[in-house]
Formats: sequence, structure tokens, C-alpha cells
Amino acid sequence: MRIAVAVKQVPDTAEVRIDPERGTLIREGVPSILNPFDEYALEEAFRWRDELGGTVVVITMGPPWAESVLREAVAMGADEALLISDRAFAGADTWATSHTLAAAVTKLGDVDLVITGKQAIDGDTAQTGPSIAASLDWPQITFVGKVRSIEDGHILAERYVEGGIEVVRSSLPAVVTILKDANTPRLPSLRGKMKARKLEIPTWGIDDLGLDPAETGLDGSPTRVVTISTPETSSDGEMHRGTPEELAAVLADLLLGEEES
Amino acid sequence: MASIEVRKDTCVGCGACVPACPYGVISMEDGLAIISDECYLCGACESSCSFGAIIIRQDKSEKVDISEYSGIMVLAEQRDRVVDHSTLELLGEARRLADSCGQEVLAALLTSDCGDWPARLVEHGADRVLVTSAAELTHFRTEPFTQIVSRMIEEMRPAVVLAAATTTGRDLMPRIAKNLNTGLTADCTELVIDGESGNLMQTRPAFGGNIMATIVCADTRPQMATVRPRVMKALEPDPARAGEVVEFPAAHGELDSRTEILEFLPLEEGEVDITESDIIVSGGRGVKDSTNFALLEELAGLLDASVGASRASVDAGWIPYPHQVGQTGKTVNPKTYIACGISGAIQHRVGMQSSDRIIAINKDETAPIFEFCHEGFIGDLFEILPLVIKEIKKRRS
Ligand SMILES: Cc1cc2nc3c(=O)[nH]c(=O)nc-3n(C[C@H](O)[C@H](O)[C@H](O)COP(=O)(O)OP(=O)(O)OC[C@H]3O[C@@H](n4cnc5c(N)ncnc54)[C@H](O)[C@@H]3O)c2cc1C
Ligand SMILES: Nc1ncnc2c1ncn2[C@@H]1O[C@H](COP(=O)(O)O)[C@@H](O)[C@H]1O
Repeated sequence: MRIAVAVKQVPDTAEVRIDPERGTLIREGVPSILNPFDEYALEEAFRWRDELGGTVVVITMGPPWAESVLREAVAMGADEALLISDRAFAGADTWATSHTLAAAVTKLGDVDLVITGKQAIDGDTAQTGPSIAASLDWPQITFVGKVRSIEDGHILAERYVEGGIEVVRSSLPAVVTILKDANTPRLPSLRGKMKARKLEIPTWGIDDLGLDPAETGLDGSPTRVVTISTPETSSDGEMHRGTPEELAAVLADLLLGEEES
Repeated sequence: MASIEVRKDTCVGCGACVPACPYGVISMEDGLAIISDECYLCGACESSCSFGAIIIRQDKSEKVDISEYSGIMVLAEQRDRVVDHSTLELLGEARRLADSCGQEVLAALLTSDCGDWPARLVEHGADRVLVTSAAELTHFRTEPFTQIVSRMIEEMRPAVVLAAATTTGRDLMPRIAKNLNTGLTADCTELVIDGESGNLMQTRPAFGGNIMATIVCADTRPQMATVRPRVMKALEPDPARAGEVVEFPAAHGELDSRTEILEFLPLEEGEVDITESDIIVSGGRGVKDSTNFALLEELAGLLDASVGASRASVDAGWIPYPHQVGQTGKTVNPKTYIACGISGAIQHRVGMQSSDRIIAINKDETAPIFEFCHEGFIGDLFEILPLVIKEIKKRRS
């Protein structure tokens, strides 16, 4: 069993603050972190490797310094790591990102399962996983809250959808996107940290993947961001003070407003 | 290869691009914007520059003839032969967009038995409804839906394709967009057709809701978007509206799938999907323990609401994870969100800030929630909530 986990380095959006005077984002000192959702993807891969044997290879596409999230994943338990990095990959939207990651999975060759996080906290699209599946022409199971079994060349998983749980079985190889419900990620181990420090991480660029620059990075991206603005915040909220009785009366008015009128 | 350049002769050193960069890689040196190699080519700075001094060059080899594409297509979502409300919202939005540029609205309905839904989709704004019926289409399944909808798009050539940003839409649309080599914008909250270019301006929250990004797909068609449920408005059904229903039978092999659904386990009685509620009563660390959640449940019961929670109360084990709202929980946008004893940390805020009305009860006047709520109550929730419950009961009796 060889499981590939795609992880992304993201700015820690939790650390982003809004400059109240200028209404812009303050990004100074915002650290880059491993996308929180991807920790669950990694943990799910480790669990099944530990049970079935095999290896977990962690992959990221990003700038050279994205290597740090790979080392973090290795410290948690990944066996191998692969950095997909090239100037030609910059500006990629989910189409170009998934196209490039799929080419890497194809080049790796013997991957049975690709796991991604549900979404990345910078773009928040949740599109990369299913797009990788489309590129590879593999089946997919998205929004997986629980993997029930992996056996006989099939994966059985629970998709958490609106109104309930769908129990889905898919042939392997397949792509799965993982929700936070699936597991509790392990912490880096001492042995893992040692390994992470020493591991040689190969970098594959556009030539290694045999891709055309027209299908990668910004050139290969059908979508483009044209403007970015800060959302309006309603600082003009109504504030209520008073005794609990007074406040309760006002609140009841608000809650029953439509009912009573 | 794509590149970014600051034109030295045009840059006036105003610095407007510095805060516009979401990655913080632009600095000012000697009155000139300097963009470091860490640039992701996201394009935010280019649009922030009033002087046209920042230029991103893109090499686009083959161009698609976008003039061949027209019309707005809505993918209907159904479970057990009942079409989801989000579809009606999308039809309302599609109608508005189509009327703004004189195009038609198409709806695609894949189901085992369409019942009277085609006519109802017309009443809600569709001009033509494409219907594919087959027993295999009772439930959404990625591969058959991808294949059939992809062929519909290739034959009908709509300029825009919309689906709801539900687990179905977000599973299906990326697959279609990748196959058709076109762009897809996730979870949009605002759509406008630009009169000049005819491009769809797709606006959506990103960076955990910290920014709104407007995205276009200028060179390929269709322009695909998933749209956040409950944001767009459905039209009042108009029985007088005329429309056409077109059978679109599945072709050989299109119903094949490598995945199968073994069973569907509906939420149990009492369990609710909080994303589908009009009112959410949500509790945070201020609720103090699990038994106190009964207070929130009682209020929720009176209001036909569901109960939400911050991560702090989920982590404390007071309420299970499916109730968590926020960055690592659910994104909700009910008509009314009542935050009780929640401080309003950014990770919580991003999951609920698009609610129509946010009511906050908190005893700390400086809690961040008061900076963005619509109605703030400064006080102790243990004093206020029982009185509100009493008051509601009294007024109703
Ligand atoms: C990667 C990451 C992801 C996260 N994801 C989420 C997420 O999805 N959802 C989420 O909610 N959080 C998330 N968090 C955590 C988030 O940062 C906050 O810690 C959390 O939202 C705080 O919850 P709270 O408001 O209930 O608690 P607190 O911040 O402790 O606030 C409690 C509030 O209750 C008030 N209070 C206390 N007693 C009373 C009383 N008797 N009456 C009235 N008011 C009272 C207090 O004044 C205070 O403002 C995440 C954090 C990280 C790092
Ligand atoms: N550049 C990338 N490199 C590796 N994996 C990625 C990258 N971008 C996205 N992913 C994976 O795809 C998931 C969804 O990301 P997104 O579609 O950007 O919301 C993430 O949780 C990652 O697992």
C-alpha cells in the first residue's frame, strides 16, 4: 500500500488582523503553517499504513520554503517527501495545481490512494482533491468523516453530507478528501523529528514532470483574481445595556418580531 | 512563462500595492514597489495599482472562441426526488444574470423520477429544463453525473454553469471543470456579469473570510461557480411562466461508476444539520458546562432553531463536534445567529459572519463579537436567557 498525501503551506489566517484605520489586512509576521485540515489527511494515511503496511509519501507544490511543511509531516510519520517546485508553477489556480500534482502522482507510479485535506485555509476552495481525481481519471470520495476499511482493492468510507451519512465503496486507486471528524492527528515523535532533520527531499520541476508551461502556474490557470477587498464589517451594531429584565424584553421583541407583527 | 513586472517609469511609489498583497511580498524601496521572488502571481496588486504600473504577463497559447457560448445553466440538486431549495435560489440568481445580458436560463435535472419538478423549475425561472432520468440517478454519484453533465455542457454551450456549494456541488463541479479545461470559482456569494466583457465577476470570501476576492475566467468557457446556499434569493414561483422540457437520455456507459453507495444513514431524530437551520442558538465557553446547554436547547426549541457551539465548548466535551461552527467546524448563514458566551475569535467568526442577523450575549463589553454583531446584549447569559424563555412563553400564551 502506498499512500500519497497532498499538503499545502498556508499563511496562518488566524494571525491575520485587520488594520482598523485603513481597513486593510495586517500580514506582517503572519507565520506560514501546515494547512490544519491536512493534518487529518496525514493521520488517516498513517493509520492505514500502520495497519496494512506500506509507505506514506507526502507531497507539496509550492515555493522552495514550502519544504518546511514536508519536514513537519515527516516528523509526524511520513516515510518519504516530495517537493514540487518551479517558477513555472507560480500563480496556479486549482486547475493548474491539481494538474501538476496529478502529474507527480503519475510519475511516482505505484500510488494506491491519494488523500487530501478537505480544503486549504487560504483559498478555501476544497477543489484540489476532486480535480486531482479528474486529472488522474480515478474515482473519488470527498468529505470523508470516517474510513471504515481498506481491503481487496477497495476503500469503504463515510461521506458526511447534508442531512446524513453516505456509505460509499470505491475501487482503488482513488482520491479521498478528509474531514476533521475522521481522527485525531498524532504529534511529531522524537524519532520522526530526527528523520525530518536528515531526510533528503527531492525537488521535481516542470521538466521532471514533462509538463508544458502553458498547462502550469498562472499560464495554465483558467481563473484569475481581479480584485481583493476587505469585507465590510458592521461596526454599527446596536448595543443594549440594562437590567436582565430589560434586556430579556428587548431580546424577546427581536426574536418574536416577525411572529407578532 | 508568466511573469510580474513593476514599470519603473510609471510607478509613483504611492504604496497602494503593499497592503493589497495577501502574501506580504511587496515593499517600497526608493519610491518604487519591489516585488520579491516569493510572489505567488495572485494578481491582487495589479488591480490595486491606479497607474497601471504593475503588469502580469500570461502566455495563453490557444484561445477558445467564447462567443460560441451563451446562457446560464443551473445544476439542480435532488435527494430522494425532492429538489433542494438551493437550486431554486440559483435559478433566481441565474434569471437575474440572464436578464441582465439577454440570455436564457437552462436547468439540468438528473434523477430517477422527475415528477412535477421540471414544471416547477420553470416556475422558478428556467427557460429550458434538460432532464435525464434513470434508476441509477436516484442518488448523486460523481462519475455518472460528471459524464452526463459534461456532455450537456458540450452540446448546449452555456456561458455560465452554477451549482450550489454543497457537498454535492463541491464534489461534482471540480471534476467537470478539470475535464472541460475551464475555471471554477468556489463558494461564491456575489455574481455579476460585466457589461463590457461579458465576463462573470465571481466574488467570494477567502483567507478564512478575511478578504473578499473577485475572480474571472476570461479565456475559457463555461465559467463555472459553486454558490453558497442561502445567499441568493429564490423567485416567487410564477405558474404563468413558459418553458420547455427537453429529454436528455444517458448515453451508453455514462451510468457506469467505480463507486457505489451502499447505504444512506439519515441524521437521527433530534439530530439536525445546523447548516440547514434558519435560526441557530450557539454557545461558547461562557456556557460553562454541558448541563447549561439545556438552557440553549430550550430556547432553540421555542424558536424552532438548532444549537451551535464554538470550538471551546466542543473541545470541552459539552456538545458534539457536528454542532461546531467556525473554521474547523461548519460554515453557517442562518437568518438569525444568537451567540451566547462566545468571544467572537476570528476562527469562529469566519463560520458565521455571513448570517443575516447576529445577536450576541456576552458579559464582557470588550469581547470582539460586539465589533461585528448586529445586536449586542451586554450581560450575563444565565440571567438573560431564562427571562427570555419566560417572556417568549408568556407572550405566546
Ligand atoms: C486552527 C484553529 C482552528 C479553529 N477553529 C475553530 C472553529 O472552527 N470554531 C471555533 O469556534 N473556534 C475555533 N478555534 C478556536 C478559536 O480561536 C477560539 O479559541 C474559540 O472560538 C473560543 O471559543 P469561545 O468564544 O466559546 O470561548 P472564549 O474565547 O473563552 O469566550 C467565552 C466568552 O464568554 C463570555 N462569558 C463568560 N461567561 C459568561 C456569562 N455568564 N454570560 C455571558 N457571557 C459570558 C466571556 O466574556 C467570553 O467573551 C480554532 C483555533 C485554531 C488555532
Ligand atoms: N499546492 C498544493 N500542494 C499540495 N497539496 C495541495 C496544494 N493545494 C491544495 N492541496 C491539497 O488540496 C486540499 C484542498 O485545497 P484547496 O482546494 O486549495 O482548498 C488541501 O487540503 C491539500 O491537501
